[in-house]
Amino acid sequence: MTITINHYLIVSFLLFSIGFLGVLVRRNFLTVLMSIELMLNAVNLNLIAFSRRLSDLTGQVFAVFVITIAAGEAAIGLALTISLFRQRKTLNVEEADTMKG
Amino acid sequence: MKNALFLVPLFPLVGFLANGLLYALGARPARRDFKHDPHGEQAAAESGKDEGHPHAHMHGETHPRFKSIHSFIGVGSVALSVLFAFGAIFDVGVGTLASGGSHVITLYRWIALGVNQSTSQVPGKAAEWFVDVALRLDSLSALMIAFVTFVGFLIHVYSIGYMGHDRGYGRYFAYLNLFMFSMLVLVLASNFLLLFVGWEGVGLCSYLLIGYDYHKKFAADAGKKAFVVNRIGDFGFILGIFGIFALFGTLDFGQVFATAAATPERFAPYLTLVCLCLFVGACGKSAQVPLYVWLPDAMAGPTPVSALIHAATMVTAGVYMVARCNVLFRLAPDAMLVVAVIGGFTALFAATIGLAQNDIKKVLAYSTVSQLGYMFLACGVGAFVAGMFHVMTHAFFKACLFLGSGSVIHALSGEQDIRKMGGLGLKIRTTYITFLIATLAIAGVPFLAGFFSKDAILAAVFEAHFSQAPWLGKTLWAAALFTAGLTAFYMFRLVSLTFWGTYRGSREEEAHIHESPRSMTVPLVILAFLSIVGGYVGVPIVKGGDQIGKFLSPILLPLAGGEAHAHEAAVSAELLLMAASVAVATVGILLAFFWYAKGNGEVPRRIAAAWPGVYQAVYNKYYVDEFYDAVFVEGLGKGGGRLLWDFDRSVVDGAVNSVALLTRAFSWVASAFDQYVVDGAVNGVADTIQAGYQVFRKAQTGRVQNYALVMGAGLFCVVMAYLLFR
Repeated sequence: MTITINHYLIVSFLLFSIGFLGVLVRRNFLTVLMSIELMLNAVNLNLIAFSRRLSDLTGQVFAVFVITIAAGEAAIGLALTISLFRQRKTLNVEEADTMKG
Repeated sequence: MKNALFLVPLFPLVGFLANGLLYALGARPARRDFKHDPHGEQAAAESGKDEGHPHAHMHGETHPRFKSIHSFIGVGSVALSVLFAFGAIFDVGVGTLASGGSHVITLYRWIALGVNQSTSQVPGKAAEWFVDVALRLDSLSALMIAFVTFVGFLIHVYSIGYMGHDRGYGRYFAYLNLFMFSMLVLVLASNFLLLFVGWEGVGLCSYLLIGYDYHKKFAADAGKKAFVVNRIGDFGFILGIFGIFALFGTLDFGQVFATAAATPERFAPYLTLVCLCLFVGACGKSAQVPLYVWLPDAMAGPTPVSALIHAATMVTAGVYMVARCNVLFRLAPDAMLVVAVIGGFTALFAATIGLAQNDIKKVLAYSTVSQLGYMFLACGVGAFVAGMFHVMTHAFFKACLFLGSGSVIHALSGEQDIRKMGGLGLKIRTTYITFLIATLAIAGVPFLAGFFSKDAILAAVFEAHFSQAPWLGKTLWAAALFTAGLTAFYMFRLVSLTFWGTYRGSREEEAHIHESPRSMTVPLVILAFLSIVGGYVGVPIVKGGDQIGKFLSPILLPLAGGEAHAHEAAVSAELLLMAASVAVATVGILLAFFWYAKGNGEVPRRIAAAWPGVYQAVYNKYYVDEFYDAVFVEGLGKGGGRLLWDFDRSVVDGAVNSVALLTRAFSWVASAFDQYVVDGAVNGVADTIQAGYQVFRKAQTGRVQNYALVMGAGLFCVVMAYLLFR
């Protein structure tokens, strides 16, 4: 069985869905961060798959950018985690609802 | 010299400021404060003594060390004024203005009203409307400043002696200097408004000096009375000024009179009213019927004040004003008639009251009113020069008489009732002789000052002809002649009771009688001398004798269209008139001499007993004061007050209250509208928004995951829609 682009896309779709679901349902801030990371990597996979399929390196370059951005995002996310914990003594995102109308 | 004219009023002003400041700084509270004692006041008021012991109850007092400084400033400033005034007169008499010109010094523009838009009254003259502070030197103002400063100076000197013991010394001299300043502004003013300033200034000083002993109720009341009665006259005066401004568009004497004289027919119809208004002012200031009542009461002031203000200078301001406006008056024959009748009536009326008064100063006061009547009579018949001539001679002999009476009062330590005097001729000889000379002068004894001026008036009245009432001229002449006899009678009654016969007071009082100090007798002698020679500037008949007529002739501008020039009386007629007046005066003098000096007042007593009603009426001054009190003070004042109160309560209060009611009703409606409509709208909007946001706020959970879910769902929907409806 040859691995076609469809396989890549299905894996990527599953990874993204898992990540998105994690972002929506998980209560722990750290887990939410990890889920976002998962979504970013799913996108990366998608980019690389198409890069390979279309023989165009732009997708790979773009993936490297995304990784870089993900690193920054992780750093800010962790800083927010520490700040949130210091303020609320908890990492439950449902309790961070000060902006409630 | 004429350019230094402004110095004449300036010196007294400086003197006033210096004296006033020095007094204010140097005065200290009296050691013996005046205790309020209504009984004592009343007793003093009833006995009519104003000099009692003026220094016993003063509130403040002049620092004794400052006294000589006060005298020095007060007298010195007026002395400088005299010098410069005589310099100015020299210019008018023989110097640069001798040809009859006038000299106006404009000090500064006082009121600038812009350009005259209406040219209806003064055609072809788009004049600027303005009033300057400007002084005018011509023969009339020169004559006035001459005797005002000189008599004023003598009275200042006299005051040093007379007021010597008074603790308000500095205040007195400050007021007196202020008076000199105002009077000089009055006579030197070059327009009606500045004249009015001086006019009000002398009125103020008159008030201040009448009420000089302000802790005595009658003096304070007399001051107020003078002030209020003068206000009535001033009201007329200022209406007249308005009228002149409306007619001529300017208030400057030169312009007004020149315009009026050049085009009489244009102004003559309006001038009667204007002149009558001006004359109302003159009536107030110069104490003519019906506004004369303040002058006899004004004797409550110190005697030198009575001499200066209420005899020699201020009260002649009305005559001066009428003479100044002679052009206007000559164009208004009806107004002239009123002036002549009022003057003649006042002369006779006041002279009869003077017959029965027992207060030495009151007799002189009524005499002053009577003589002022003479002056107005002269102006009324067109003899303005004779009027001004009498103003001048009257200033000399009446000042002398008042100062003499002051000397008598001084000698008797405050006694003013002539029934308690007598035989003073031998004890206070200088006073007696000077008083007698002045009395002879006022009585019209030949070759003294009063003879010439009174004769000039009588001759003019005899010649007068009123087209409105042909019989009036001779009637006025008869009244004036009879008044001359009355004058001679009451003046010699005064002399008889005061200086002749035997002393009627107690022995103890007699021992205290003393002649006044030199500072008082020297002015008396000078004034007596002037009472003798003052008349020789206006000798009739003799060729070139009428110097004053020549001197004053420039102020009588010839009218265009020409009035018939008053023809010179025949010499024989003039001699006859003189003989008549001398005869009448002689009869008066002899009657007074035999009735009072020889007969001990037996005949007058029998006359009084025979006609008690007449005597009581004269003695009580015809009840004019009571009449005014009943009609104006009680009637109009209090009755009017009640009427006004009723009006106030029913009409004014009613109007106010109904307006209040209306306002309240309206405010109720407005508040309801505000509450239900305006507030309702505002609250309705708010409620609507509130209801709306209740729905939307539910979406704002504050949870990031919910937002992410919505975003995801939205993205899903958009993508699905894209895929499906592509």
